[in-house]
Amino acid sequence: MSKLAALVDEPRVQSSKFKVQSSSATLNLEPRTLNLPSAPVLSATDLEKSYRKGKNIVPVLRGVDFAVQPGEFVAIVGQSGSGKSTLLHLLGTLDAPDAGEVHFCDQRIDNLPARQRDVLRNQKFGMIFQFYHLLPELSTLENVLIPAMIRLGVFSYWRQKREQAARAKELLEMVGLGHRLTHQPRELSGGEMQRAAIARALIAQPQLLLADEPTGNLDQKTGQEILTILRSLNRDQGLTIVMVTHDLSIARQADRIVKLVEGVVERG
Amino acid sequence: MYKLLLAWRYLRTRYIALASIISVTLGVGTLIVVNSVMAGFAREMHVRLHGILADIVLEGHGMDGFANPAWHIAEIRKVVGDDLQGVTAAVHVPAMINMNVRGQWLTRQVNLIGVDEATYAEVSDFRQYLLHPENQKKLSFSLREGGYGTKDHALPPSGWQYRRLRVSYERDYDQQQRLMAAAMNPGGTADKGQEPGVGSQQSGALSAPAASETPLATGPSAIPQDPFAAQNPTEVFDPAKEQFTGIILGIAIGSVRQRDGEGKVQDFFLTRPGDDVRVTFPSAGTPPKAISDLFTVVDFYESKMSEYDSGFAFVPLRKLQEMRGMIDPQTGIDAVTTIQLRLKPGADLNAVKAKLQARFPAEEFPYRIQTWRDMQGPLLAAVQMETTLLNILLFLIIAVAGFGILATFFMIVVEKTKDIGVLKALGAPSADVMSIFLSYGFSLGLVGSGVGLVGGLLFVAYINQIAQLIEFITGHEVFDPTVYYFQQIPTIVEPQTVIGVAIGATLIAVLASVLPALRAARLHPVEALRYE
Repeated sequence: MSKLAALVDEPRVQSSKFKVQSSSATLNLEPRTLNLPSAPVLSATDLEKSYRKGKNIVPVLRGVDFAVQPGEFVAIVGQSGSGKSTLLHLLGTLDAPDAGEVHFCDQRIDNLPARQRDVLRNQKFGMIFQFYHLLPELSTLENVLIPAMIRLGVFSYWRQKREQAARAKELLEMVGLGHRLTHQPRELSGGEMQRAAIARALIAQPQLLLADEPTGNLDQKTGQEILTILRSLNRDQGLTIVMVTHDLSIARQADRIVKLVEGVVERG
Repeated sequence: MYKLLLAWRYLRTRYIALASIISVTLGVGTLIVVNSVMAGFAREMHVRLHGILADIVLEGHGMDGFANPAWHIAEIRKVVGDDLQGVTAAVHVPAMINMNVRGQWLTRQVNLIGVDEATYAEVSDFRQYLLHPENQKKLSFSLREGGYGTKDHALPPSGWQYRRLRVSYERDYDQQQRLMAAAMNPGGTADKGQEPGVGSQQSGALSAPAASETPLATGPSAIPQDPFAAQNPTEVFDPAKEQFTGIILGIAIGSVRQRDGEGKVQDFFLTRPGDDVRVTFPSAGTPPKAISDLFTVVDFYESKMSEYDSGFAFVPLRKLQEMRGMIDPQTGIDAVTTIQLRLKPGADLNAVKAKLQARFPAEEFPYRIQTWRDMQGPLLAAVQMETTLLNILLFLIIAVAGFGILATFFMIVVEKTKDIGVLKALGAPSADVMSIFLSYGFSLGLVGSGVGLVGGLLFVAYINQIAQLIEFITGHEVFDPTVYYFQQIPTIVEPQTVIGVAIGATLIAVLASVLPALRAARLHPVEALRYE
């Protein structure tokens, strides 16, 4: 009995302990927030998330405060298991936090109904992943068009088919895949697939790009190419980017580095 | 849009799923073939059952029948009115037919039916089943000179030609018997040199009724030598020139359908038009007495319903009434056992039956009134039941196929877990994800039942050729014409059945994809993305 009680009590004790720490992190951020003229485009306050593994509850995030200003390129770094991917999922509303809030443009988004979160992910956020996650049955062009197809119904998509296809081609040319439109993902190299994934993330003209280890599966040179694309998107189009990586040499190219250690932000 | 696109791509790239719907295809094809063939059989049966039966029958309870059919017919005309096409009276009585086959007397049990030559054709299609073309035009109980047989069914030489030959043969044979008896008789003056000739003639004569070609070649010259015709010109009955009362036998009474040594189907005739048969039946009144008389076979009929073809013999009504004593000697009023009605096409059988039952209530009149469907109810119901059972069994097969689709779909959902996660991450609602797999299931069902439908219809269209092919390959006859009197397998394609089967099969495929689709819709995007 006592063992069970300990199991139940433990997370609560831990979370209350970390709340104190995280509030100090918020304080650390304050001067920086004051320096910038506008409100953060995306912010997280006091995020907590734990996963259940069998009988044990494993805390992953223990009260994270985090904010991204418009036009910023932020890198979140940390050891594997530090909770950086989980944080990105919570920011992208793919998952719901146990406690805390996520705000996007002054609106709380973590407790929105599923349908509205779907719309948000589809139209406001672009996402890229470590394993690219292109649909193997579709060509490169069709993969890029998927978010547009999701957004528009059958008939409105049919009406806008040409414009959407033109935009997708434009994006693919921008990432240097203009010659690979009809290829299947399995015919592309890793770098090409990631570039196609970037084009897919941009088709809905999102305000924010969430990148989960975009170079994690690529060699140094190709990874650098991807990063160059992201950098130029940030610089030329003012796209706000939040990138999760464990590679410090990649992270250093961002405007700012947020370091996660054991579920809390160590230093921005 | 992407839902349809993905469903379409999955359909084209997942061959394992296509394999899983082969059972749907086979089920649909089989259902269509079975239903078409059963419907074809049912229609043939309807046509044949109805062919010899009138639409409505007033059937007396006893064999003595009921009196005064003329009054009944007049009343029926009043009651039924415009719907009536024809009406006739008949006598049905159980009887026994004796045929002389190769010197032995063979007995067959039949239903003897006395029919009115003038009106019977109006109430049933009986006439068109007769095997003499002239009789098909006009029913007659007199023997024809020849020309029996139709293009479907050839008969060996029959009619007067055959009868004369047979009679002359029998007379030759009798004469030789007589001569032989005289030779054996010590008091007689026998020519010894003739004996071997007598022996050979005798053996030939014994086999004469079976081999008809032999007497044809030698016959005509034998007639003038007829000793009895010359010696007794005043004989009352000359079988070579006269006939007894005509009788029309069902083809299966007078013949046996068998296979010869090479396996070909052949009819062996026990008797044929021109032969005489002995018919024995009970008289009217109590106690019934057996009445026996000779009749001349004047034609066969072949309705292709073995029940009728092996059980019915037709004689003229008036003659049967006279022989059975069904005509009151004082008043001249006759009695019959049935009155048969045929209605105009489209008339409501049951309504007319109800009217007649109201006019002739069962409490007052000694007969029951039935439609032909009532009389053949059990047989029609049996066919219906077989069809229903087969349909249930085959749909169970498709349902089994449904579980195959279910399993395959679960596999595909597991395989596609990451893709589902990506779609959700890109903002696809759960309902959309579900509809991807539902429309995939629907299109699989559509393909499966579509292919099955086309295959089934093609099979039905070429069913006889396929039967021949199977026959050729296996050496076994698929469709044995000695069992059914059909030359070909009858089929009817009913559009509503075909559409129903296709829709049912597609529905089963959709239902089988519901559970996997739900599972896909409920996948958590983060866990799906993390899935390896």
